[in-house]
Amino acid sequence: MQFIKPDINLEIIGKRRIAYGVSGILILISILSLIVHGGPKYGIDFAGGTVIQVQFTAPVSINDIKQGLTGAEITNPTVQSFGERANHEYLIRTDMSEMEEDNFIPKVEEVLQTATGETADVRRVEMVGPQVGKDLRAKALFAMFYALLFITIYISGRFELKWLVSAVVAGALMGAVYLFSLLNMSIPFLIITALIVSLVLFWFLELKYAMGAIVALIHDITITVGVFSLFGKEFSLPIIAALLTIIGYSLNDTIIVFDRIRENLRKFTKNPLETIINKSINETLSRTILTSLTTLVVVISLFVLGGGIIHDFAFALIVGVLIGTYSSVFVASPILLAWQGAGRKA
Amino acid sequence: MKNLRWRLAIVAVVIVAAVIYVLPTLAPGIWPHKKINLGLDLQGGMHLVLEVDTQKAVEGAVERIVQEIRDQLREEHIRFVGLDRVEGDQISVKLAADSAEAFDRVLDDRFPDLRIISRSRETGVLNVRMDLPDEEVERIKRLAAAQALETIRNRIDQFGVSEPDIRTQGERRILIQLPGIQDTQRAKELIGRTAQLEFKLVDEAHDPRTAESGTPPPGAELLYQVRTDPTTNREIRTPFLVQKRSLLTGAYLTDARVQIDSQFNEPYVSINFDRKGARIFEQITEDHVRDRLAIVLDNNVYSAPVIQEKISGGEARITGSFTADEARDLAIVLRAGALPAPVDILEERTVGPSLGADSIRQGLISMVVGGLLVVIFMVIYYGSAGLIADLALIFNILLIAAGLAAFGATLTLPGIAGIILTIGMAVDANVLIFERIREEMRVGKTPHASVTAGYERATLTILDANVTTLIAALVLFQFGTGPVKGFAVTLSLGVVSSLFTALFVTRIIFDHLLVNVRVKQLSLG
Repeated sequence: MQFIKPDINLEIIGKRRIAYGVSGILILISILSLIVHGGPKYGIDFAGGTVIQVQFTAPVSINDIKQGLTGAEITNPTVQSFGERANHEYLIRTDMSEMEEDNFIPKVEEVLQTATGETADVRRVEMVGPQVGKDLRAKALFAMFYALLFITIYISGRFELKWLVSAVVAGALMGAVYLFSLLNMSIPFLIITALIVSLVLFWFLELKYAMGAIVALIHDITITVGVFSLFGKEFSLPIIAALLTIIGYSLNDTIIVFDRIRENLRKFTKNPLETIINKSINETLSRTILTSLTTLVVVISLFVLGGGIIHDFAFALIVGVLIGTYSSVFVASPILLAWQGAGRKA
Repeated sequence: MKNLRWRLAIVAVVIVAAVIYVLPTLAPGIWPHKKINLGLDLQGGMHLVLEVDTQKAVEGAVERIVQEIRDQLREEHIRFVGLDRVEGDQISVKLAADSAEAFDRVLDDRFPDLRIISRSRETGVLNVRMDLPDEEVERIKRLAAAQALETIRNRIDQFGVSEPDIRTQGERRILIQLPGIQDTQRAKELIGRTAQLEFKLVDEAHDPRTAESGTPPPGAELLYQVRTDPTTNREIRTPFLVQKRSLLTGAYLTDARVQIDSQFNEPYVSINFDRKGARIFEQITEDHVRDRLAIVLDNNVYSAPVIQEKISGGEARITGSFTADEARDLAIVLRAGALPAPVDILEERTVGPSLGADSIRQGLISMVVGGLLVVIFMVIYYGSAGLIADLALIFNILLIAAGLAAFGATLTLPGIAGIILTIGMAVDANVLIFERIREEMRVGKTPHASVTAGYERATLTILDANVTTLIAALVLFQFGTGPVKGFAVTLSLGVVSSLFTALFVTRIIFDHLLVNVRVKQLSLG
């Protein structure tokens, strides 16, 4: 069986401006959504606070839960239904990050039972203090940054055999990050600055594969974060793990196309770059789609069957796999042509 | 083909080793090796991050020095106007200017380490401000953090939690993981209690009720005894006026045990002092017969019995209408010793065992369903070659499980997600190879030549592609804790084992079919 015929030859590069348009709009929507919502919505891992997961023996009203919680001195909680409806589970979230009171859990169970008339079972309590939240936020951002850094070093070293240059880039980046961190810059800006610095460096050092890969990665992460923001979903530690996985996955796709481009560049030295890139994308298209399909199948099965705790994580992966596949075909490779457009040699 | 036989032998060894590691998890008791560790999110338990308030340890040390200076000045009959700990960790001394010389001598002889911050003279009074040098402060803080870790470890060991994980995080944080613990509240109280035991004389000269509305007389402080009436459930707070200075502390304890009072059938904690402690206790009881001695724990008065006679032998009892559990926990914290400084809970995550069981069930179901879909898809798409890929996939899962057991890594819910993700991505290597083989066959090569060329050409691409995922996974491993780390572990294991199965194992199967079975027609769907 074959989905994609071997002699397929879709005109992808020629239509790259359409792809740029689509990507541009998606990124714009993402950024707008982030601005409207005042930045990403942090879960308790990053914002601090308390989450309580409660299971009742029968469905109860959210207002009753809120009413009851005032008895346990939990102020301004947000309460939402959680997981499968049949489980009657609810998630209570508050900004409070102290449970000084003795016997906190029994107390919560007691007040909820009185308020709703159903037996309440506290199944999970997570409390993160504001300081820890701040530390975790910094740690998560640095993890993203280092993942990007190491991956770019690997790509520019591996694809252009410029290990030395890429080491210099890495050194310059780390130096820049260190300098800016001395200026007490907030970490998101620090990361954005580092990314801009690396893009400029790649441009002038003509590390085009690294440039293509990084642009695709920024594209993927921005859109995934944007989709999260649009759906009002929260960022937690597992979501950062999902984002890092998306980075790895999207790159995996990109590298396979790049590998083919390099192979074909050696084989057909006479053809223009544009044709070669288009040919390479088409030759790997079957594989790209197949792998995305099998990955999507398992991730969707995780999303549907994996339960409430892993739900958002699976959601992030679904978005990431879709965007990652799209970007390795329509974004990463066309970027290689940017040099030609700018009047440089490919 | 000799070469093929060798490769088969390697695979056989790997399979046997993997089975040996995985078997104890599937059928406990068969093998002495350990089962795969389950994370707190899967088996239930508690995760705590504490911060040691090391500044308090410095303040405690300064307080002790103030005490020593006071004793010394009294001994040498040097009169002073004021001697106090101020602004947290500074010592302020005020004394008549004419005793300045004698005071300096005491300072030089007995307290050479103190740093003078300021020294001023006004209207015949000498004002001296001192504190500890920075290195000393650092040393006290480091020591406090280390001691707190050790004490907490002792307490948890004695409480009886199987396989607790207790480690420092940064300079003054302590990470505690208690798998399978049920009574989280009790564990939290046991860990977080400072357990500073002190014996202080009750100030009989003044009335605690009047001190409650005003300020306590100099040298004394107001403490409370808090008790819950068992019949009315009401909290009763009794004020006590006690001397600030403690005559004896828990530092001299050698043992603390729960005993049952034969008269009231109530549990109490009996404590034993070491020789020095016993001597001090004997001295106190001898000097203060008919006085009341308050037993104070973390600034709560437990009891304040009247000293009837001199007590030698170094034994005392703490009563306070305890439940059996309370008495047991008190004995544990007294035995394990006091925390050198109070601790704050910065992060707490508790998962009930039933939720953990649900997570395991749901994780496994989505793994089986996702896996089956992929397996079926591969057979439909690639025919019998798909079957080979499926075989590799199953082998792959076995290897991840074996890896988890062999490295003693922890399986978490995101970890299960990592395995599921690996299932989806592992076939990628096979897809790459199969697509290459198809391409080669289209050019007209023989099956054997196509397979060889397919593997050769795909290998480098597969390696390149997987390195990036591995980099992401390793960064994640470095930064993550708990569940996220579990994800990084299974993802890394998955990447490595899928490389092995795709590049090595399936190749053997192809070679075997082409060389030994002499298959002429290669079916790639």
